[in-house]
Formats: sequence, structure tokens, C-alpha cells
Amino acid sequence: MSRPLTFGLRAIFAVPAVLAALSLFGLVAALIGDGVWDMMGWLGLLAPVAAIAWALIARKHR
Amino acid sequence: MKASVIRGWSWVHKWTSLVCTLFLLMLCLTGLPLVFSHELNEVLLHKPWTAANADGRKLDLDRVLDVALARKPGEVPAFMSFDEDRPVVNVTSRAPDAPAGQFSFQPIDQTSGDAAPLVAGHPLLEFLLQLHTDMFAGLPGMLFLGVMGLLFVIAVVSGVVLYAPFMRRLPFGTVRVGRTKRLRWLDYHNLLGVVTLAWVLVVGLTGVVNTLAVPIIAYWKDTQLGELAAAHASPAAMGERASLDAAVKRAQAELPGMQLQFVAFPGTDYSTDHHYAVFFHGDTPLTKHLITPALIDARTGELAAVKPMPWYVKTLSLSQPLHFGDYGGLPLKILWAILDLITIIVLGSGVYLWLSKRSSGEAKA
Repeated sequence: MSRPLTFGLRAIFAVPAVLAALSLFGLVAALIGDGVWDMMGWLGLLAPVAAIAWALIARKHR
Repeated sequence: MKASVIRGWSWVHKWTSLVCTLFLLMLCLTGLPLVFSHELNEVLLHKPWTAANADGRKLDLDRVLDVALARKPGEVPAFMSFDEDRPVVNVTSRAPDAPAGQFSFQPIDQTSGDAAPLVAGHPLLEFLLQLHTDMFAGLPGMLFLGVMGLLFVIAVVSGVVLYAPFMRRLPFGTVRVGRTKRLRWLDYHNLLGVVTLAWVLVVGLTGVVNTLAVPIIAYWKDTQLGELAAAHASPAAMGERASLDAAVKRAQAELPGMQLQFVAFPGTDYSTDHHYAVFFHGDTPLTKHLITPALIDARTGELAAVKPMPWYVKTLSLSQPLHFGDYGGLPLKILWAILDLITIIVLGSGVYLWLSKRSSGEAKA
């Protein structure tokens, strides 16, 4: 972990911002309609949960 | 970010979190079963039931009201609501001298006048709901939880600010499992916290709005119904009221295409002392949550006004589904529960990080 690299704000918040946007889209989509809209709502809110699963499986560092 | 700025945000994050964490843990724990209120009530209260005369004529609303009040002598009607999937009318009444918030609730079979079984409001869930809403402390309890919610929102925002300096050298999602236990939990706290950010903010802020329900409705009544309320000197007594059934039909004629949701009787928080307030909701998924009342003069049965709700009542109405998570089927509720559990881990790990920092600080000193 002795990389000299440091991330800028944009890089630090890129993924969290996308996940937040997907969550908000999901929260609103399920409110707007039924059927397909509800499904888009589930997918939107699944994004943060999936991101955690991915991080816990793929991104563990020693 | 300068070190002094980071220290400032750390201070904000630490203290807002410390004050609200215990209450937020309670809210997350009680909220978890409440997400599934509908399903749990169905299981806990399950009783096979069919209307007495499913194909017969329905009793008119005046008759239903008379039947209900005859079973609660001395009580006055407060609300009447209508089940969507069975011919049942729910009559809420109260003794004139009962303490605030104390009501009798009777589901009544509209085909016979017999009592129908409860399908909501199991005592266990009611207990959790009240703990979650006001901790059995009424309006002050509600407002107190609103303040805790605001502190939580500040804690979340300050946490996001602090996420940046912590992640300067770490790619998104890094969890350092091979180092100290504290570092591992710091990474979990940051990851779980930042990923659930949008959901937590929406549920937190809508929760805060919901704690303002009582003042919002009181302000609405004052400003929107004030003129109507001043129409008569004394409240419309039970004996001088016109037909409820005709009042509801009159209101329905004025708002065709909308669904009848509930009636607020004269003298309640949702009406004046002189009117039946007949509330309707729209029939699209979005307008289903928005209500519009038609006010019917309780003495004459004449239409007094249709009052579309102002923006702040609409905000309150939309804050309810967005807080409860009950508007997108069971999968949405399951996601709600998962995100709630994640929030519990963020809260718990936050306390752990604070405690472990304190003990290591003491060890150094």
C-alpha cells in the first residue's frame, strides 16, 4: 500500500454518486407507477446492496 | 482539505452521531418489523371471513354509523374509513371527555351491520409503531424524534464530507481485513455508510417530515378551513346533522373519478366543527397518496367547498410512502429491510469506532 497515488474528489465520489443517483431513481420510479416502474424501483435500490456485496467479495485487501 | 477543517467536521460528526445514535438504533430496530406491518398483521390476525350477504344490498352509511354508535354509547363519531378489498366500513369514535388520541375502532360489515374482524392494528405492531412514532410521549415525543432525525441527517452529511480524506489513497470499496480490527471496521463503516447514503437521507428526511404531521395538519386547518369554521357560532350537535350518506354522495358527485378514502366528522383535527370533510385520493399510483377533501355542511348537507391540499400537506402525504417503503410490492420492502439492517451496522460500527478511539487515546495518555 505504498502507492504515491492520491485520488481527487471526483474519483473518490464517482461510484458513490452513481449509486446515490440509482437509489434516488429507484425510490421515485416505484412511486410513479406500478408494474415496470416498480421493477425499475427494485433495480435502483438493488444497486447499493449489490455494490456492498461486490466490495465484500472482490475488494478485500490485506 | 485542511487539517483544521477536517477536525471541525469530525467534531460535528462525532457529536451529532453520539446524541442521536441510541434513538436511531431504536428506530431502525422497531422499523424493521414495521416495514412488514401489512404481512405481519395478515398472519397474526388471520381469520377466514366473508361478508354476511356478499351479494346483498349494502347498508347506507347513516345506518352503519347508527349501528356502530349503538355499540359505544355516549361516544361521538370521529372518522369513517373504507376497506378496499372487502365490504367493510371502519368507524372510529371517542368519548367526548376521552384523553387526546384515545379512540374506539370498529370494523363493520356493510352488508349486515355485524362486527367484522380486524385486519390491521395487532397490539404488538401497534406497540412497536407507537414506540417508533413518539415513544409513548405524544406530540413532544414525536417532535423530539424529529430533532434526533435532523441530527442524524447532519451526522450523515458530515460523514460524507469525512469520507473524502479517508479515501484519498483507497479505491472505492476497499476493506482492509488484514490489519487492525479498528481499521477493518472503519472501512466497513465508510463503505456501508456511503453506499446507502441516498436511501438513508430520503428515509431520514421523510421521517422528520412525518414527525411534523400534527403541526402541519393544525396549520392546514387554521389557514385553509378558518373561514369555513367561522360560519357558525356553536359546533354542529349530533341531533342537528344531515344525512352522512347523502353528504358522501354529494361529495362524490363533485369529485368524479376519485376514490373515497375517509370521512372526518365535525370537531376532529381534519375538519371544522360544522362540516363533514369527505377525503378522496386519486387512482394512479402517484395520486393514490394525495388526498383532496370536499367539505359538506353538516347541518344542511350542502357542498361548502372542495379544498385541494396545499404543498406542505402534499409533502407530508408523499413523505409517508417514502418513509414506510410500502409502495412497491414485497421486493421493495425486502430491500428496505436490508438497507435498514445495513444502517444498524453503520450505527453500531460508529459507536465501536468512537469507543476504540477513546480507549486507544487513553492508553497513549
